[in-house]
Amino acid sequence: MDWIAWTLPTALFFASIASALAVMSLLAIKRPSTPRVGALGIETARGDRLFLTLLGSAFINLAWIGFTDLPQYFALGICAVFAFCVFRWV
Amino acid sequence: MEKTANQRAWFLVLPVLLLVAFSSVIPMMTVVNYSFQDSFGGNEFFWVGLEWYRELLRSERLWDALGRQLMFSSIILLIEIPLGILVALCMPKKGWLASLCLVLMALPLLIPYNVVGTIWQVFARSDIGLLGRFVTDLGFEYNYAQNAADAWVTVVAMDVWHWTSLVALLCYAGLRSIPDAYYQAAEIDQASRWSVFRHIELPKMRGVLIIAVLLRFMDSFMIYTEPFVLTGGGPGNATTFLSIDLVKMALGQFDLGPAAAFSLMYFLVILLISYVFYTVMIASDKEEAQS
Repeated sequence: MDWIAWTLPTALFFASIASALAVMSLLAIKRPSTPRVGALGIETARGDRLFLTLLGSAFINLAWIGFTDLPQYFALGICAVFAFCVFRWV
Repeated sequence: MEKTANQRAWFLVLPVLLLVAFSSVIPMMTVVNYSFQDSFGGNEFFWVGLEWYRELLRSERLWDALGRQLMFSSIILLIEIPLGILVALCMPKKGWLASLCLVLMALPLLIPYNVVGTIWQVFARSDIGLLGRFVTDLGFEYNYAQNAADAWVTVVAMDVWHWTSLVALLCYAGLRSIPDAYYQAAEIDQASRWSVFRHIELPKMRGVLIIAVLLRFMDSFMIYTEPFVLTGGGPGNATTFLSIDLVKMALGQFDLGPAAAFSLMYFLVILLISYVFYTVMIASDKEEAQS
Protein backbone atom coordinates (compact mmCIF):
# COMPACT_ATOMS: atom_id res chain seq x y z
CA MET A 1 0.00 0.00 0.00
CA ASP A 2 3.03 2.32 -0.13
CA TRP A 3 2.05 3.69 -3.50
CA ILE A 4 -1.09 5.22 -1.99
CA ALA A 5 1.26 7.39 0.10
CA TRP A 6 -0.87 7.40 3.25
CA THR A 7 -0.39 10.07 5.86
CA LEU A 8 -2.01 10.31 9.27
CA PRO A 9 -4.10 13.44 8.50
CA THR A 10 -5.49 12.00 5.24
CA ALA A 11 -6.16 8.65 6.90
CA LEU A 12 -8.09 10.45 9.65
CA PHE A 13 -9.97 12.43 7.02
CA PHE A 14 -11.12 9.30 5.19
CA ALA A 15 -11.87 7.53 8.46
CA SER A 16 -14.14 10.41 9.50
CA ILE A 17 -15.95 10.34 6.13
CA ALA A 18 -16.39 6.55 6.40
CA SER A 19 -17.63 6.92 9.99
CA ALA A 20 -20.13 9.58 8.95
CA LEU A 21 -21.45 7.29 6.21
CA ALA A 22 -21.67 4.35 8.62
CA VAL A 23 -23.52 6.44 11.23
CA MET A 24 -25.92 7.72 8.58
CA SER A 25 -26.58 4.17 7.36
CA LEU A 26 -27.29 2.99 10.91
CA LEU A 27 -29.55 5.96 11.53
CA ALA A 28 -31.39 5.25 8.28
CA ILE A 29 -32.12 1.72 9.55
CA LYS A 30 -32.95 2.62 13.16
CA ARG A 31 -34.65 5.99 12.65
CA PRO A 32 -35.57 6.51 8.97
CA SER A 33 -35.94 10.19 8.04
CA THR A 34 -38.77 11.72 6.05
CA PRO A 35 -37.65 13.98 3.19
CA ARG A 36 -38.61 17.64 3.62
CA VAL A 37 -38.54 20.82 1.57
CA GLY A 38 -36.24 23.31 3.25
CA ALA A 39 -34.75 26.75 2.67
CA LEU A 40 -33.32 25.83 -0.75
CA GLY A 41 -36.75 24.82 -2.00
CA ILE A 42 -35.61 21.28 -2.80
CA GLU A 43 -36.62 18.05 -1.14
CA THR A 44 -33.80 16.67 1.01
CA ALA A 45 -33.37 13.60 3.18
CA ARG A 46 -30.71 13.21 5.86
CA GLY A 47 -28.19 11.77 3.37
CA ASP A 48 -28.71 14.70 0.98
CA ARG A 49 -28.01 17.12 3.80
CA LEU A 50 -24.77 15.28 4.67
CA PHE A 51 -23.72 15.43 1.02
CA LEU A 52 -24.49 19.17 0.85
CA THR A 53 -22.57 19.72 4.08
CA LEU A 54 -19.48 17.87 2.82
CA LEU A 55 -19.56 19.56 -0.58
CA GLY A 56 -20.14 23.01 0.90
CA SER A 57 -17.40 22.45 3.48
CA ALA A 58 -14.94 21.56 0.72
CA PHE A 59 -15.67 24.86 -1.03
CA ILE A 60 -15.50 26.83 2.25
CA ASN A 61 -12.07 25.37 2.93
CA LEU A 62 -10.87 26.07 -0.59
CA ALA A 63 -12.13 29.66 -0.42
CA TRP A 64 -10.35 30.06 2.93
CA ILE A 65 -7.07 28.78 1.47
CA GLY A 66 -7.44 30.95 -1.64
CA PHE A 67 -8.43 34.24 -0.04
CA THR A 68 -6.87 34.35 3.42
CA ASP A 69 -3.66 33.53 5.23
CA LEU A 70 -5.43 32.80 8.51
CA PRO A 71 -5.24 29.32 10.11
CA GLN A 72 -7.46 26.67 8.58
CA TYR A 73 -9.13 25.98 11.96
CA PHE A 74 -11.29 29.08 11.43
CA ALA A 75 -12.59 27.53 8.22
CA LEU A 76 -13.41 24.35 10.11
CA GLY A 77 -15.42 26.45 12.57
CA ILE A 78 -17.35 28.02 9.70
CA CYS A 79 -17.94 24.51 8.30
CA ALA A 80 -19.40 23.39 11.65
CA VAL A 81 -21.82 26.36 11.62
CA PHE A 82 -22.61 25.62 7.97
CA ALA A 83 -23.31 21.95 8.80
CA PHE A 84 -25.65 22.99 11.62
CA CYS A 85 -27.54 25.35 9.28
CA VAL A 86 -27.84 22.70 6.55
CA PHE A 87 -29.15 20.02 8.92
CA ARG A 88 -31.49 22.49 10.62
CA TRP A 89 -32.96 24.48 7.74
CA VAL A 90 -32.19 22.88 4.35
CA MET B 1 -47.34 -12.48 10.68
CA GLU B 2 -44.31 -10.23 10.79
CA LYS B 3 -42.47 -10.00 7.51
CA THR B 4 -38.72 -10.64 7.85
CA ALA B 5 -36.25 -8.70 5.75
CA ASN B 6 -33.83 -10.79 3.73
CA GLN B 7 -30.50 -8.99 3.89
CA ARG B 8 -28.67 -11.63 1.87
CA ALA B 9 -29.45 -9.70 -1.30
CA TRP B 10 -26.76 -7.21 -0.27
CA PHE B 11 -24.15 -9.84 -1.20
CA LEU B 12 -25.30 -9.52 -4.80
CA VAL B 13 -24.03 -5.93 -4.95
CA LEU B 14 -20.70 -6.87 -3.42
CA PRO B 15 -18.93 -7.38 -6.80
CA VAL B 16 -20.02 -3.91 -7.89
CA LEU B 17 -18.82 -2.40 -4.63
CA LEU B 18 -15.44 -4.08 -5.08
CA LEU B 19 -15.23 -2.87 -8.66
CA VAL B 20 -16.07 0.70 -7.64
CA ALA B 21 -13.56 0.50 -4.78
CA PHE B 22 -10.73 -0.51 -7.12
CA SER B 23 -11.67 1.75 -10.01
CA SER B 24 -12.75 4.86 -8.11
CA VAL B 25 -12.37 4.95 -4.34
CA ILE B 26 -8.76 3.79 -4.04
CA PRO B 27 -7.49 6.00 -6.92
CA MET B 28 -9.40 8.91 -5.36
CA MET B 29 -7.76 8.28 -1.98
CA THR B 30 -4.38 8.19 -3.71
CA VAL B 31 -5.05 11.53 -5.39
CA VAL B 32 -6.08 13.09 -2.07
CA ASN B 33 -2.90 11.75 -0.45
CA TYR B 34 -0.71 13.04 -3.29
CA SER B 35 -2.32 16.49 -3.10
CA PHE B 36 -0.83 17.09 0.35
CA GLN B 37 2.64 15.82 -0.49
CA ASP B 38 5.60 16.45 -2.75
CA SER B 39 7.34 13.67 -4.59
CA PHE B 40 10.83 13.61 -6.07
CA GLY B 41 10.44 10.17 -7.60
CA GLY B 42 11.51 6.85 -6.15
CA ASN B 43 8.15 6.59 -4.38
CA GLU B 44 9.28 9.06 -1.70
CA PHE B 45 6.78 11.61 -0.46
CA PHE B 46 7.12 14.67 1.75
CA TRP B 47 4.26 16.35 3.59
CA VAL B 48 3.61 19.91 2.34
CA GLY B 49 0.15 20.48 3.81
CA LEU B 50 -2.05 22.91 1.90
CA GLU B 51 0.80 24.36 -0.15
CA TRP B 52 -0.33 23.04 -3.56
CA TYR B 53 -3.89 24.24 -3.02
CA ARG B 54 -2.67 27.68 -1.94
CA GLU B 55 -0.32 27.93 -4.90
CA LEU B 56 -2.97 26.90 -7.42
CA LEU B 57 -5.81 28.97 -6.02
CA ARG B 58 -3.62 32.06 -6.11
CA SER B 59 -2.20 31.45 -9.59
CA GLU B 60 -3.77 32.73 -12.79
CA ARG B 61 -3.24 29.37 -14.46
CA LEU B 62 -6.19 27.63 -12.82
CA TRP B 63 -8.59 30.56 -13.15
CA ASP B 64 -7.67 31.18 -16.80
CA ALA B 65 -8.24 27.51 -17.67
CA LEU B 66 -11.53 27.50 -15.74
CA GLY B 67 -12.65 30.68 -17.53
CA ARG B 68 -11.84 29.18 -20.93
CA GLN B 69 -13.61 25.97 -19.96
CA LEU B 70 -16.78 27.74 -18.84
CA MET B 71 -16.76 29.92 -21.96
CA PHE B 72 -16.35 26.86 -24.20
CA SER B 73 -19.17 24.95 -22.47
CA SER B 74 -21.48 27.98 -22.63
CA ILE B 75 -20.81 28.58 -26.32
CA ILE B 76 -21.38 24.99 -27.38
CA LEU B 77 -24.59 24.76 -25.32
CA LEU B 78 -25.90 27.98 -26.85
CA ILE B 79 -25.27 26.55 -30.32
CA GLU B 80 -25.95 22.82 -29.95
CA ILE B 81 -29.22 22.91 -28.02
CA PRO B 82 -31.20 25.23 -30.37
CA LEU B 83 -29.57 23.62 -33.42
CA GLY B 84 -30.40 20.12 -32.13
CA ILE B 85 -34.04 21.11 -31.57
CA LEU B 86 -34.22 22.63 -35.06
CA VAL B 87 -32.74 19.52 -36.67
CA ALA B 88 -35.13 17.26 -34.72
CA LEU B 89 -38.11 19.35 -35.83
CA CYS B 90 -37.00 19.11 -39.46
CA MET B 91 -36.47 15.33 -39.40
CA PRO B 92 -39.13 13.20 -41.10
CA LYS B 93 -41.47 11.45 -38.67
CA LYS B 94 -41.83 8.11 -40.48
CA GLY B 95 -40.81 6.10 -43.53
CA TRP B 96 -37.41 5.07 -44.87
CA LEU B 97 -36.24 8.69 -44.86
CA ALA B 98 -36.68 8.81 -41.06
CA SER B 99 -34.52 5.66 -40.69
CA LEU B 100 -31.90 7.09 -43.04
CA CYS B 101 -31.81 10.35 -41.06
CA LEU B 102 -31.39 8.48 -37.79
CA VAL B 103 -28.45 6.48 -39.16
CA LEU B 104 -26.80 9.58 -40.63
CA MET B 105 -27.28 11.49 -37.38
CA ALA B 106 -25.73 8.66 -35.39
CA LEU B 107 -22.58 8.49 -37.56
CA PRO B 108 -20.58 11.35 -35.94
CA LEU B 109 -21.29 9.83 -32.52
CA LEU B 110 -19.61 6.58 -33.55
CA ILE B 111 -16.30 8.18 -34.50
CA PRO B 112 -13.58 7.93 -31.81
CA TYR B 113 -12.58 11.26 -30.26
CA ASN B 114 -9.00 11.23 -31.49
CA VAL B 115 -10.16 10.46 -35.03
CA VAL B 116 -12.53 13.45 -34.89
CA GLY B 117 -9.59 15.63 -33.86
CA THR B 118 -7.46 14.27 -36.69
CA ILE B 119 -10.24 14.72 -39.27
CA TRP B 120 -10.65 18.38 -38.28
CA GLN B 121 -6.91 18.93 -38.08
CA VAL B 122 -6.64 18.07 -41.77
CA PHE B 123 -10.05 19.49 -42.75
CA ALA B 124 -9.26 22.94 -41.31
CA ARG B 125 -5.68 23.30 -42.54
CA SER B 126 -5.42 26.44 -44.63
CA ASP B 127 -3.02 24.88 -47.16
CA ILE B 128 -4.56 21.47 -47.91
CA GLY B 129 -7.78 21.23 -45.86
CA LEU B 130 -11.14 21.56 -47.60
CA LEU B 131 -12.57 23.97 -45.01
CA GLY B 132 -9.35 25.91 -44.45
CA ARG B 133 -8.75 26.36 -48.17
CA PHE B 134 -12.37 27.38 -48.77
CA VAL B 135 -12.30 30.01 -46.02
CA THR B 136 -8.93 31.31 -47.24
CA ASP B 137 -10.23 31.51 -50.80
CA LEU B 138 -13.15 33.60 -49.55
CA GLY B 139 -10.58 36.20 -48.55
CA PHE B 140 -10.34 35.54 -44.81
CA GLU B 141 -6.97 35.09 -43.16
CA TYR B 142 -7.61 31.80 -41.44
CA ASN B 143 -5.05 29.74 -39.61
CA TYR B 144 -6.13 27.86 -36.52
CA ALA B 145 -2.55 27.00 -35.60
CA GLN B 146 -1.49 30.65 -35.28
CA ASN B 147 -4.61 32.68 -34.52
CA ALA B 148 -6.43 32.21 -31.21
CA ALA B 149 -9.85 33.28 -32.57
CA ASP B 150 -9.50 30.88 -35.51
CA ALA B 151 -8.53 28.09 -33.12
CA TRP B 152 -11.61 28.75 -30.98
CA VAL B 153 -13.93 28.83 -34.00
CA THR B 154 -12.47 25.54 -35.23
CA VAL B 155 -12.70 23.79 -31.84
CA VAL B 156 -16.30 24.97 -31.38
CA ALA B 157 -17.24 23.96 -34.95
CA MET B 158 -15.68 20.53 -34.38
CA ASP B 159 -17.66 20.00 -31.19
CA VAL B 160 -20.88 21.18 -32.81
CA TRP B 161 -20.29 18.81 -35.73
CA HIS B 162 -19.56 15.92 -33.38
CA TRP B 163 -22.29 16.34 -30.78
CA THR B 164 -25.28 18.25 -32.18
CA SER B 165 -26.65 14.98 -33.50
CA LEU B 166 -26.86 13.62 -29.94
CA VAL B 167 -29.06 16.56 -28.94
CA ALA B 168 -31.08 16.13 -32.12
CA LEU B 169 -31.62 12.41 -31.49
CA LEU B 170 -32.70 13.03 -27.90
CA CYS B 171 -35.11 15.77 -29.01
CA TYR B 172 -36.40 13.55 -31.79
CA ALA B 173 -37.16 10.82 -29.25
CA GLY B 174 -38.99 13.43 -27.14
CA LEU B 175 -40.98 14.64 -30.13
CA ARG B 176 -41.97 11.13 -31.19
CA SER B 177 -43.39 10.44 -27.72
CA ILE B 178 -46.02 13.20 -28.07
CA PRO B 179 -49.43 11.61 -28.77
CA ASP B 180 -51.14 12.64 -32.02
CA ALA B 181 -54.16 13.85 -30.04
CA TYR B 182 -52.17 16.96 -29.01
CA TYR B 183 -51.50 17.89 -32.63
CA GLN B 184 -55.13 17.18 -33.59
CA ALA B 185 -56.37 19.45 -30.80
CA ALA B 186 -53.96 22.18 -31.95
CA GLU B 187 -55.25 21.79 -35.51
CA ILE B 188 -58.86 22.15 -34.37
CA ASP B 189 -57.84 25.32 -32.48
CA GLN B 190 -56.06 26.54 -35.63
CA ALA B 191 -52.88 27.02 -33.64
CA SER B 192 -49.90 28.48 -35.50
CA ARG B 193 -46.70 26.46 -36.00
CA TRP B 194 -44.99 28.59 -33.35
CA SER B 195 -47.84 27.97 -30.86
CA VAL B 196 -47.61 24.22 -31.43
CA PHE B 197 -43.87 24.37 -30.73
CA ARG B 198 -44.17 26.73 -27.75
CA HIS B 199 -47.13 25.08 -25.99
CA ILE B 200 -46.92 21.40 -27.01
CA GLU B 201 -43.51 20.36 -28.32
CA LEU B 202 -41.22 22.38 -26.08
CA PRO B 203 -42.93 21.46 -22.77
CA LYS B 204 -43.04 17.80 -23.79
CA MET B 205 -39.34 17.90 -24.69
CA ARG B 206 -38.35 19.46 -21.37
CA GLY B 207 -37.25 16.17 -19.79
CA VAL B 208 -35.00 15.14 -22.67
CA LEU B 209 -33.70 18.69 -23.04
CA ILE B 210 -32.54 18.71 -19.42
CA ILE B 211 -30.76 15.41 -20.04
CA ALA B 212 -29.23 16.82 -23.25
CA VAL B 213 -28.01 19.96 -21.44
CA LEU B 214 -26.59 17.86 -18.60
CA LEU B 215 -24.81 15.44 -20.93
CA ARG B 216 -23.42 18.12 -23.18
CA PHE B 217 -22.34 20.38 -20.35
CA MET B 218 -20.55 17.62 -18.46
CA ASP B 219 -18.96 16.20 -21.58
CA SER B 220 -17.79 19.60 -22.80
CA PHE B 221 -16.56 20.48 -19.32
CA MET B 222 -14.31 17.41 -19.36
CA ILE B 223 -13.26 17.69 -23.01
CA TYR B 224 -9.70 16.66 -23.71
CA THR B 225 -8.90 14.53 -26.73
CA GLU B 226 -10.44 16.50 -29.60
CA PRO B 227 -8.92 19.95 -28.84
CA PHE B 228 -5.66 18.31 -27.79
CA VAL B 229 -5.33 16.54 -31.15
CA LEU B 230 -6.51 19.61 -33.09
CA THR B 231 -4.62 22.46 -31.43
CA GLY B 232 -2.58 20.92 -28.61
CA GLY B 233 -4.04 23.64 -26.36
CA GLY B 234 -2.62 26.44 -28.52
CA PRO B 235 -1.82 28.79 -30.01
CA GLY B 236 -0.16 29.78 -26.74
CA ASN B 237 -2.70 28.69 -24.16
CA ALA B 238 -5.75 29.87 -26.13
CA THR B 239 -7.50 26.50 -26.16
CA THR B 240 -5.92 25.01 -23.04
CA PHE B 241 -8.96 23.77 -21.18
CA LEU B 242 -8.92 22.36 -17.64
CA SER B 243 -8.22 18.75 -18.61
CA ILE B 244 -5.46 19.70 -21.06
CA ASP B 245 -3.82 21.87 -18.40
CA LEU B 246 -4.15 19.08 -15.87
CA VAL B 247 -2.49 16.53 -18.15
CA LYS B 248 0.31 18.99 -18.94
CA MET B 249 0.90 19.43 -15.23
CA ALA B 250 0.67 15.75 -14.28
CA LEU B 251 2.41 14.08 -17.21
CA GLY B 252 4.30 16.91 -18.94
CA GLN B 253 5.84 18.45 -15.85
CA PHE B 254 5.37 15.38 -13.62
CA ASP B 255 4.17 17.66 -10.79
CA LEU B 256 2.11 14.99 -9.06
CA GLY B 257 1.20 17.02 -5.95
CA PRO B 258 -0.08 20.17 -7.72
CA ALA B 259 -1.78 18.01 -10.36
CA ALA B 260 -3.56 16.03 -7.63
CA ALA B 261 -4.75 19.25 -5.96
CA PHE B 262 -5.84 20.58 -9.39
CA SER B 263 -7.78 17.40 -10.19
CA LEU B 264 -9.55 17.42 -6.82
CA MET B 265 -10.71 21.00 -7.32
CA TYR B 266 -11.78 20.11 -10.88
CA PHE B 267 -13.68 17.13 -9.44
CA LEU B 268 -15.42 19.29 -6.83
CA VAL B 269 -16.62 21.75 -9.48
CA ILE B 270 -17.97 18.86 -11.58
CA LEU B 271 -19.62 17.33 -8.52
CA LEU B 272 -21.32 20.62 -7.67
CA ILE B 273 -22.59 21.18 -11.20
CA SER B 274 -23.77 17.56 -11.46
CA TYR B 275 -25.68 17.91 -8.20
CA VAL B 276 -27.38 21.09 -9.40
CA PHE B 277 -28.39 19.41 -12.67
CA TYR B 278 -29.53 16.27 -10.83
CA THR B 279 -31.70 18.34 -8.50
CA VAL B 280 -33.22 20.24 -11.42
CA MET B 281 -33.92 16.95 -13.24
CA ILE B 282 -35.62 15.37 -10.23
CA ALA B 283 -37.71 18.50 -9.61
CA SER B 284 -38.68 18.59 -13.29
CA ASP B 285 -39.69 14.91 -13.26
CA LYS B 286 -41.87 15.47 -10.20
CA GLU B 287 -43.52 18.51 -11.78
CA GLU B 288 -44.16 16.51 -14.95
CA ALA B 289 -45.67 13.63 -12.96
CA GLN B 290 -47.96 16.02 -11.08
CA SER B 291 -49.19 17.84 -14.22
